[in-house]
Amino acid sequence: MNVTNTVRRTSYIRPLDFENGRIDMSHGSGGRASAQLIDELFAKAFDNDYLRQGNDQAAFDVVAGRMVMSTDAHVISPLFFPGGDIGCLSVHGTINDVAMAGARPLYLAASFVLEEGLPLADLKRIVDSMAAAARAANVSIVTGDTKVVEQGKGDGVFITTTGMGIVPQGVDIRGDRARPGDKILVSGTIGDHGVAVMSLREELSFETALCSDTAALHALVAAMVEKVPDIHCLRDPTRGGLGTTLNELARQSGCGMVIHETALPIRPEVSAACEFLGLDPLYAANEGKLVAICAAADADSLLTAMRTHPLGTRATIIGEVVEDSHHFVQMKTAFGGSRIVDWLTGEQLPRIC
Amino acid sequence: MKYIDEFRDGALAQQLAQAIAHEASAERHYHLMEFCGGHTHAISRYGLTDLLPPNVRMVHGPGCPVCVLPIGRIDSAVELAREHGAMLCTYADTMRVPASGGISLMKAKAQGADIRMLYSCADALTLAKKHSDRQVVFFAIGFETTTPPTALILKQAKALRLKNFTVFCNHVLTPPAITHLLTLAEASAEGARLDGFIGPAHVSTVIGSAAYEPFAMRFRKPVVIAGFEPLDVMQAILMLVRQLNSGRTEVENEFTRAVTSEGNVKAKALMAETFILRDSFEWRGLGEMPKSALQIHPDYREFDAEERFGLAYRKVPDHKACQCGAILRGIKAPRDCKVFGTACTPDNPLGSCMVSSEGACAAHYTYGRFRDVACKTIRETNT
Repeated sequence: MNVTNTVRRTSYIRPLDFENGRIDMSHGSGGRASAQLIDELFAKAFDNDYLRQGNDQAAFDVVAGRMVMSTDAHVISPLFFPGGDIGCLSVHGTINDVAMAGARPLYLAASFVLEEGLPLADLKRIVDSMAAAARAANVSIVTGDTKVVEQGKGDGVFITTTGMGIVPQGVDIRGDRARPGDKILVSGTIGDHGVAVMSLREELSFETALCSDTAALHALVAAMVEKVPDIHCLRDPTRGGLGTTLNELARQSGCGMVIHETALPIRPEVSAACEFLGLDPLYAANEGKLVAICAAADADSLLTAMRTHPLGTRATIIGEVVEDSHHFVQMKTAFGGSRIVDWLTGEQLPRIC
Repeated sequence: MKYIDEFRDGALAQQLAQAIAHEASAERHYHLMEFCGGHTHAISRYGLTDLLPPNVRMVHGPGCPVCVLPIGRIDSAVELAREHGAMLCTYADTMRVPASGGISLMKAKAQGADIRMLYSCADALTLAKKHSDRQVVFFAIGFETTTPPTALILKQAKALRLKNFTVFCNHVLTPPAITHLLTLAEASAEGARLDGFIGPAHVSTVIGSAAYEPFAMRFRKPVVIAGFEPLDVMQAILMLVRQLNSGRTEVENEFTRAVTSEGNVKAKALMAETFILRDSFEWRGLGEMPKSALQIHPDYREFDAEERFGLAYRKVPDHKACQCGAILRGIKAPRDCKVFGTACTPDNPLGSCMVSSEGACAAHYTYGRFRDVACKTIRETNT
């Protein structure tokens, strides 16, 4: 008997079956199966120097200036939708939250809550999509975590991402800087994501060629900041839509707003779907659009900067900031009357981002 | 959007507004009730009151299915889900209606009751087929518009011989409600002053314009059936002003693109086959009204949730401060209610008119309350 051979023989680990395998409780146990999932899937897909060190945290040098940090949990159902999936959405969502301070996003952390029974093929597709989105945005996913919950206690996969970025010198973009007289701009058509996701719900079953607008907006923001460093506010109107975002900014800045219905960029298919379902596109979610508020004198050059960028070709000025102690967002309707664009009450759609 | 934008044309609206202002006699007032919540919503959403002269006043009617549903009925729905362990299927609007003891279907759901929000009542049937071990109940509410779909699923359930599916029927009827309001208006100071009616759009596609003839004749009030788009409403107001000016009390149809005199014959036949008139039904704000609602036909008794679960109706009074009753009868406007916009908001509704987007209070709160502020500011400046 050759003792040396027995000792030196490494135990064989069957590779993960990305075609037919499924997540089971052992993948969250912290043991060998967890390590295997991390090595064969996450570390491989997200590969970078920080991850390769294999620590429980990523260490990086602190740069001078201001840093921003933001986190976002993604619980979308269905996991895959026209124009994207929960993977790229979870990267774009956090990059955008960081970018809305005018910052350049640098690092992401990602936490996964996986439901027992999730096909590994789906998980791989999601992780690959995240990796591609992060690479395209030149952002590294530097640390992460994975947990598994029993079947019925999750919805396939929940992903929480946290991002960090640096704000360039001289940029001070905040939600409380809108002033009466400022102009309000949006970067493109509203409601695309909300309606695209809605169309997939089994109980609705209507067909549309519409795609989610999910996109990382930091490059658009960089172009905007370069042209107009003194942008007052930026925000991405995700869940709750444009209507809710404008109300948030009006309250934060202590002012009112007046927008013009005829100026709102809305695709005909979004209008039609909303009309049909009794929804308002003002409250439908976006994942690749932003609202910008700047001084009236800067509005035209900001608009030009936005329209020159591929993610802002349909940018437009939709209204003005006004003085109003009640912080109402009012809309001049196409019909010639006025009405309030109120906070969204309850939820317009079940879980869309 | 084709077939929609034409009816939202601002320039045409201005022309109609001018015609109304020109033709409405300065000598008199025009109190016009839009019966239906769909019209209330359109009036608020498009700011139509801005386009009307001060002597043409719109009075909001009770035609909002969620608003007229009494608390006791919501309590029964909660009971079905909680006590009887049924899978309760409902349209989204009823989810937030406050019931007894600070509960609502939404809250009962959060506490673990199995309550499902549906877009179509046919989904309730699908759920019943899928969960054969569960009792599935469809919480049916609404006027003549939502009744034919319920009739259809009753027929399908019978054909499929489903043993685990029932309907909790709360369907109500439009003509008796209008008759009731007009009787009140005639009888005493209890009623609102009403000169004419804008007749419902979708309800009329089912029941037809002829259904309004009896009370136009009996009460001598003009009715104009109108579509839900803002131009429809403006046109109907002009038609009512013209009828009143010339002393006519006819049923006219502005919504000719969808409403005929006899309505949808097939849908009416379906309803007659599956439902019968209830002797009496409580309407929130309007009280008990004889022959004003439907119950499931004896031939379909096995699908009647009230029978299967032995539900007993318990009358529950409204919140003391709530003025929903007076608002639904057209006597008060939302801003006349003390709790409007303070204790009662769309996020925390005390009364049912604040729940559905078709409710008079919710529509005013969501789209028009800046006008109250403007009025108040002017008053304060003047004093």
